[in-house]
Amino acid sequence: MKKDDVPQDGNNMHEGQFKQLFYATDNAGQYVPVTSVGWEPENVAMQQAWEEINERVEKARARVLAGEISPVAYYMEKTIMDLPLLASYVGKFQWQVKRHMKPAVFKGLSDIMLQRYAAAFKITVQELKNIK
Amino acid sequence: MDEVLEVMNDTHFHHVQTAHCESGVISNIFRHYGLQISEPMAFGIGAGIFFGHLPFVKVNGVPGTTYRVVPGAIFKRVAKRLGVKIASQTFSSPEKGMQELDRVLEQGRPVGLLSSVYYLPYFPPAYRFHFNAHNLVAYGKEGDNYLISDPIMEQVTEIDPKSLAEARFAKGFPAPKGKMYYPVEVPKQVSFEQPIRDGIKQACSDMLNIPLPMFGVKGMRFLAKRLRHYPEKVGDRKAVLYLGNIIRMQEEIGTGGAGFRFMYAAFLQEAAGILKRDELSALSAELTGIGDTWRNFAFNAGRVCKSRSANNVSYGELSDMLMQCAAEEEVLFRKLSKVKL
Repeated sequence: MKKDDVPQDGNNMHEGQFKQLFYATDNAGQYVPVTSVGWEPENVAMQQAWEEINERVEKARARVLAGEISPVAYYMEKTIMDLPLLASYVGKFQWQVKRHMKPAVFKGLSDIMLQRYAAAFKITVQELKNIK
Repeated sequence: MDEVLEVMNDTHFHHVQTAHCESGVISNIFRHYGLQISEPMAFGIGAGIFFGHLPFVKVNGVPGTTYRVVPGAIFKRVAKRLGVKIASQTFSSPEKGMQELDRVLEQGRPVGLLSSVYYLPYFPPAYRFHFNAHNLVAYGKEGDNYLISDPIMEQVTEIDPKSLAEARFAKGFPAPKGKMYYPVEVPKQVSFEQPIRDGIKQACSDMLNIPLPMFGVKGMRFLAKRLRHYPEKVGDRKAVLYLGNIIRMQEEIGTGGAGFRFMYAAFLQEAAGILKRDELSALSAELTGIGDTWRNFAFNAGRVCKSRSANNVSYGELSDMLMQCAAEEEVLFRKLSKVKL
């Protein structure tokens, strides 16, 4: 890639300030470091990844409000965790965490367990119980 | 040794932004001890260039693709080849890990840390995924806060102890377990010649000879074949997600498929000067061309993602482009392996 071809497709995901470094060739063919504010295909892929996440979060939120799943499932999506990751954060087996995603089971969780989930999600137990 | 350390206590850590976290940490931290090594040189000696596609290692349901060797390998290889003695530790608890970090920082030694990106507050939110193999340098403290030189950032930054502990002790795969590493013995005189030869030899072998279909140029063909059938195999929606992930893994944070190719080309150029081998310069230029082919692939893949037009024709074309990348890289590494160094 030539120095002048280093893409400068900024988008708001970088918050206008995050610049990445690339190696590109100058006119003499020598490699030099050049900074870039972003590149269209990467922006598209990144945006798409976040759209997917946001969609899943919204879907989970709706399902919690409809009483189908517990807030554990919602906050898991919100913190971009998956089942194995969340299970390791709260020190439980995956099947146990899955069980805690049932509203009825969630209601019976001990304060200690709720506290562990809240810590994993970096929220208070109050926020864990009542999602907005 | 003690005297030297005292002098270093006064020396401010010199932060230079780099393209990739691991090669960047090596370059920045070694320079602190007077061992001048550019990022591409570290990447080359560490044989960082690679390719792997692992359909069964899924992150959030999306198969993983890598364009570099496994985290930690570059550092290990560079240290070994240059004769730098490294202290490296992991910890059973955050308290122990933070204590040991403080202890080493008090000696005036900058420390390399393995971290999760998700818990680093100075990253733009859009980049904060649960990626556990990020490398950065802590070089001191300001009150309770740690002074951080993150190689992919333009400037040095600070981080509060709680966030740093969370980042160092993130769970998931691979768990960093508070891994910290720092040079304890750096040779005064270093010759790059033999390390370069060893690095090139290993890179050629990694790209050409691993007897598994997922790795090296074979891995590119493996991915190309699967990519062709994404729409019919996993459905349009997932196909676009899978493709998006290939681009993200390829392009994120300045490195990725093309970025690593350009960095390796920069290494070959530097190596050509050190070993006085013009063939390496020619191969560097050739690899620059291959990097552009990768970029072209990403560009077209981005278009498919954007339009979400998951027709088999576009996926077929992308597959052909990947096959092209594989063919070109195979030729390049075969030539490189035959250069008399």
